[in-house]
Amino acid sequence: MLLLACPWCGPRSEEEFSCGGEGHIVRPLASAEMDDAAWGDYVFMRTNTKGVHYERWCHANGCGRWFNIARSTTTNEILAVYQVGDNKPELPK
Amino acid sequence: MTAGKNRLESGGRIDRAQHLTFQFDGETMSGHPGDTLASALIANGVRVVGRSFKYHRPRGLMAAGGEEPNGLVRLRTGGRAEPNVRATDILLYEGLVAESQNRWPSLNFDLGSLNDRLSPLFPAGFYYKTFMWPANMWPVYEGVIRRMAGLGRAAETPDPDRYEKQYAHCDVLVVGAGPAGLAAAQWAARTGARVILADEGAEFGGALLGKAEEIDGGPALAWVAAIRGELAEAENVRCLPRTTVTGYYDHNALTMLQRVSDHLAEPEPGQPRQRLWQVRAKQVVLATGALERPLVLANNDRPGVMLAGAAQTYINRYGVRPGQKAVLFINNDSAYPVALDLARAGVKVAAVVELRAQAPLGWLSRLDEAGIEVMADRAVVAVEGKKAVSGVRIGKLNAARDSLVGGMGRRIDCDLVCLSGGWTPSLHLLSQSGAKLLWDAAAGCFLPGPIDQTAAQAVRVVGTANGGGNLQDCLDLGAEVGNSAANAAGHRRRGRGPRSPKAATTPDETPILPIWSIPQNGTSKAFVDFQSDVTAADLHLAAREGYRSIEHVKRYTTTGMGTDQGRTSNINALGIVAGALDVDIPEVGHTTFRPPFSPLTFGAVAGRRIGPLLDPVRRTPMHAWHQANGAVFEPVGQWLRPYYYPATGENMERAVNREVLAARTSLGIMDATTLGKIDIQGPDAAEFLNRVYINGWKGLAVGGCRYGLMLGEDGMVFDDGVTARLAPDHFHMTTTTGGAAHVLDWLESWSQTEWPELSVYCTSSTEQWAVASICGPNARRLMAELCPEMDLSGEAFPHMTWQSGTVAGIAAGIEARIFRIGFTGELSYEINVPAGYGPALWQAIMGLGEKYAITPFGTEAMHVLRAEVGFIMIGQETDGTVTPHDLGLGRMVSSKKDFLGKRSLTRADTMREDRPQLVGLLTDDPMIRVPEGAQFIAGSDASPPQTGLGHVTSSYYSPNLDRTFALGLLQGGHGRHGESIHIAYDGKAVRAEITVPRFLDPGEAAK
Amino acid sequence: MANYSILTLARNALQRHRGWPQAWRSPTLRPSYDAVIIGGGGHGLATAYYLAKLHGMRNIAVLEKGWIGGGNTGRNTTIVRSNYLNPESAAIYDHALNLWEGLSQELNFNVMFSQRGVINLAHDPGEERELRRRIYANQLAGVDAEWVGPTQLSELCPILNLDPNIRYPVMGGTLQRRAGVARHDAVAWGYARGADRHGVHIIQNCEVTGLDIREGRIEGVQTSQGAIRTPKVGVVAAGHSSVLAAMADIRLPLDSHPLQALVSEPVKPVMPTVIMSNKVHAYMSQSDKGELVIGAGIDPYNSYTQRGSLPVIEETIRAIVELFPITSRLKMMRQWAGIVDICPDASPIISATPVKGLYFNCGWGTGGFKATPGSGHVFAHTLAKDAAHPINAPFALERFYSGALVAEHGAAAVAH
Repeated sequence: MLLLACPWCGPRSEEEFSCGGEGHIVRPLASAEMDDAAWGDYVFMRTNTKGVHYERWCHANGCGRWFNIARSTTTNEILAVYQVGDNKPELPK
Repeated sequence: MTAGKNRLESGGRIDRAQHLTFQFDGETMSGHPGDTLASALIANGVRVVGRSFKYHRPRGLMAAGGEEPNGLVRLRTGGRAEPNVRATDILLYEGLVAESQNRWPSLNFDLGSLNDRLSPLFPAGFYYKTFMWPANMWPVYEGVIRRMAGLGRAAETPDPDRYEKQYAHCDVLVVGAGPAGLAAAQWAARTGARVILADEGAEFGGALLGKAEEIDGGPALAWVAAIRGELAEAENVRCLPRTTVTGYYDHNALTMLQRVSDHLAEPEPGQPRQRLWQVRAKQVVLATGALERPLVLANNDRPGVMLAGAAQTYINRYGVRPGQKAVLFINNDSAYPVALDLARAGVKVAAVVELRAQAPLGWLSRLDEAGIEVMADRAVVAVEGKKAVSGVRIGKLNAARDSLVGGMGRRIDCDLVCLSGGWTPSLHLLSQSGAKLLWDAAAGCFLPGPIDQTAAQAVRVVGTANGGGNLQDCLDLGAEVGNSAANAAGHRRRGRGPRSPKAATTPDETPILPIWSIPQNGTSKAFVDFQSDVTAADLHLAAREGYRSIEHVKRYTTTGMGTDQGRTSNINALGIVAGALDVDIPEVGHTTFRPPFSPLTFGAVAGRRIGPLLDPVRRTPMHAWHQANGAVFEPVGQWLRPYYYPATGENMERAVNREVLAARTSLGIMDATTLGKIDIQGPDAAEFLNRVYINGWKGLAVGGCRYGLMLGEDGMVFDDGVTARLAPDHFHMTTTTGGAAHVLDWLESWSQTEWPELSVYCTSSTEQWAVASICGPNARRLMAELCPEMDLSGEAFPHMTWQSGTVAGIAAGIEARIFRIGFTGELSYEINVPAGYGPALWQAIMGLGEKYAITPFGTEAMHVLRAEVGFIMIGQETDGTVTPHDLGLGRMVSSKKDFLGKRSLTRADTMREDRPQLVGLLTDDPMIRVPEGAQFIAGSDASPPQTGLGHVTSSYYSPNLDRTFALGLLQGGHGRHGESIHIAYDGKAVRAEITVPRFLDPGEAAK
Repeated sequence: MANYSILTLARNALQRHRGWPQAWRSPTLRPSYDAVIIGGGGHGLATAYYLAKLHGMRNIAVLEKGWIGGGNTGRNTTIVRSNYLNPESAAIYDHALNLWEGLSQELNFNVMFSQRGVINLAHDPGEERELRRRIYANQLAGVDAEWVGPTQLSELCPILNLDPNIRYPVMGGTLQRRAGVARHDAVAWGYARGADRHGVHIIQNCEVTGLDIREGRIEGVQTSQGAIRTPKVGVVAAGHSSVLAAMADIRLPLDSHPLQALVSEPVKPVMPTVIMSNKVHAYMSQSDKGELVIGAGIDPYNSYTQRGSLPVIEETIRAIVELFPITSRLKMMRQWAGIVDICPDASPIISATPVKGLYFNCGWGTGGFKATPGSGHVFAHTLAKDAAHPINAPFALERFYSGALVAEHGAAAVAH
């Protein structure tokens, strides 16, 4: 049971959140010019990292705000919490 | 009724003044408060308490605590019956009823014990090698296997008891209230930290309860009582006896099962049976103790063979004598005090058989004083007796300890064999936390590996769980770690700490001589896992056959797979397999411990949220009216919606026909409150809608309404609805009933994460509004009376517009939003009023509508009405694989803008012309209603196998058309209007004409 | 190699079972193989078995980073059925079901395939419509499927709660009689033994650390036990597929999630069939040993931890107690998780890749066990012929670009 620190509400149990999957996937602006392969990559292909996963969460049963976290998918340790739109944070070694 | 022939004259933590009667297998017996069922059975001279899983061998109690593998009983009766309860965990209460398991017809005479005779045919995994011929007999073989397997019987009727959940946060959770745990809790508590101390037992004290130890010159239990008192008074400490910590989950979340009333015959009124705690602890201190291992030797399962520490506990804690004449067989120091305690209790100790070449001198002299013979460099090589131990054989092992020197050796008569093969730290919870365990060859056990305190799990281990055997060390480390855990949680002690307790000294420890099985000359079974009936020979067989990983061995032989999760067997099994493979134990690995530590009641995990509380029920403000008027309800998501309103004597079909007719010929009314509603505001609201809907929104005038479709990025339709423009920067969106929450999440995720530059705000307003939808030729007339101030002419209030107004007679001045939209193609109005006014609105309409024979209709009639005019239903005409073009709504797709999912519409597969496309269907026989889901086929033969061409999505009888009709998704259907097609179901093929998906045109009347 | 039968069992009993040979050998890794299968689960071992038996490829190896069958093969709830919605899916799962029916005899290893039927419940008219659609689709595909009403349900499963006044009353369900459960470990062991008999090398504790690719073609595999040269690699690594794909610079449409399951303590038979419910989200059967085997959902976030979260278990057990009220006083004995590779359309990927000679068989998500024999059979064909078998042709990676998905969310039983 993860304990996630919502940037607006503080630490809360995972039951209050919904996970939006991999973060930093930018929606293409010129999709009409893309070929099927490039579009398919955007819609379906994922890195599914074993290790540090940068992902989106929403405090769905709380303030309703989205935010990003960096989490280890092998230990579930949360390494960073950061705002939507921010770059991937530098992580301590 | 026996008074307890094995009850000692004095001693034990039982209340001798009170007597409790109980029944075991129908026989009435007596015990005392403080007894467990196990101690009471021993007191009453019961030796055989159950039959083993596979061989049905008679079994007695082997342990005194939660590691007991044999003594499983069915406790209580009726709906409270509970199978597989450990007798050692059951606190005795007046009137307790228990029965033994896995025997027929009786515990004493069990036909299943034939299996023991046939056991040469039943080695580990025998079922993988046989029962394959003839193939069609497997179900018969399996039936027999199933009946033979299984332990106890489940209850036959539902559970009358209640379960609760409780959630807590704390600074330090101390698991286990033995000496180390008590010291840790005391020191942590002195810092002011919030402490929870949980222990499985009814009493705090842990292993001290079963021993005659001394602390500070007095009985150790006096020290326990003092700490217990201090903790009970401290406001920052919560003490939870009868509470087992069962699971260690991520981020220091732990579950605990508190047995609130299991020690009573039944819960007090209002009391739950059990309570499942979920604790989030900043720091966890595990003081979970250690479990004694038996030694694996021939017939070591005979009733009367017991762990040495268990025998000691029965004497000291319960005042019962587990036998008259004992032999101890040991390879470590811990059982020497047991020999002394046994002798003190009047048990004749015939011999202490010491595996090590030299018995420890300090103990040797103490035993000598008590007149107990110690036979060093010897082993018990076999136990004799069947339903009870009658004696043991003593032998000498060779230097490698893998064979006997000089045969079976001398026999000693006895009725109690106490085994101590060493101690296994109880690290199940630590392993669950994700921490690694390391093998310590000298100690012959796994110990906690280095714990990374910077990781998510902040956990420390103290006491015998940490490998410490000496009481003084346990007390000292417990105190130190309790204090440091509190510090780590941000609490520091002011002033002096508690005085350090001093334990009585014992002789210096001599190292254990680990041994995993005792060789024998015969072929007697030497059990490793008693509950699963796994022998040393089974493990050797598994190793021989190439099952080399401990996980393979475990699964092949079932060792460690029982309800005790192998607490007494895991290490012995590892050792035997490592020996068989000639590798070190860590190479065989060890199995990962998984929650729960101790079997966890389903009812407690379910808690209160079952039955009517399984899932919230959503009802509209008009629900009471629907109910009073006989509506049958349909669950839609969490909502209950009127399905149809049968009049007296009407079945569903007739009711729906009546409702459908009324809506087309006069006036119908439907409760549309459940439709999702989202209030969208902000200067960029129109741009936002442009991006989420397939059609354009910027040109929609204030006062206008527009139908929209939403796609996923995969291009597939997932929701639809009409959205109205209330103001230039303000929209009222409607969604499907079931999709409302998902649509709001969808909008929020895009607006927050991808388009933060748009100034737009989305708010669910579903429950703010009550909605009555009226339709039919008389709708305008009714509206004229309902909203007399409003100009309802087609010019002033055209189709697909909305107006704000007030409803006559219901709370003057309250704004109603009236939308000229509907689901039926008829002249329709959707009247939205603040939710609280819903019932009044409904009553007003029903009153005014009486002259038009206004007819409430439910979801089924609504489905028929919308299908007649070819309106799609999300989830019926769509299933996540349907594009707007497939639905014939391609013309809605804007070419001028991008929107979510647009690019997916031009992929190779979504452009295919032979995709399933929405068509209408009229069966040749107008009275045949094909079932929804029926398949289109190429020819007229429905025989399998063949590939279908699509399916029927909606199918109804229309009283307006006086015939059936259907909608379907047919491959290339848009180009096939006028052709015929066969529809297959249940082996039949029904011919139908393919039509446009629209069967009725309400025409001018609706304009 | 000893045959398994009651006769050999009896004969060995006389020698106190000291004569049994290894079920499969533990060979030393060769420097090169004609093909390498990465992943020693049921699917990987079945692939090797059929490659060797049907396609004559004997110089092949199965590389397993842990112990064979230790991933999802040994962590699933053992349900076998083929009542999927789309014809493409029904074809592959029914192909598997046909193989299941003779598997114990084929492998001479009792996989305890028990055709006790699988029932999918409907709790509202919408669910009933979806389930009936599946029945009609299955009828056409030749997959056995029938509707059962409450009366029949109470005969098929007396402990099922059919009270019409509960929160989500049971309206009926679909029954596939040929469906059932099997002994999961035995499937891995049986295929391993069979493959070994045909000369396949099963290499345990051998983790793949890299793929050698030159000019768009696979040339070898780097492992913890050394390098191997091979012209063909089939990756059958379930939840770890993305990790292996990354070694070839390929991204897959997969997310790895823990899928949880649990068992009760063993009790005498109470559950004669298998029951699944999407609405309240639970499914349950009873093992031959007597444990109630219960499937829960996936944790909602990517994870490789094989550790589940409690809320998922709580939700499932609520559903179980609701559907089967007599289970309230039974006890959960173990809970665990397997890492499943969830694919957007809930259908598998059995496909060539942009790297010549490198094939993936993955994306089985929550439902791969039932497909084991069929998956191995067609994947072996694909590897041997360098061309898809007609049954797995629809499951190529290409579908995520063309849009020809095989949507099976409803039929996959666990709502993702």
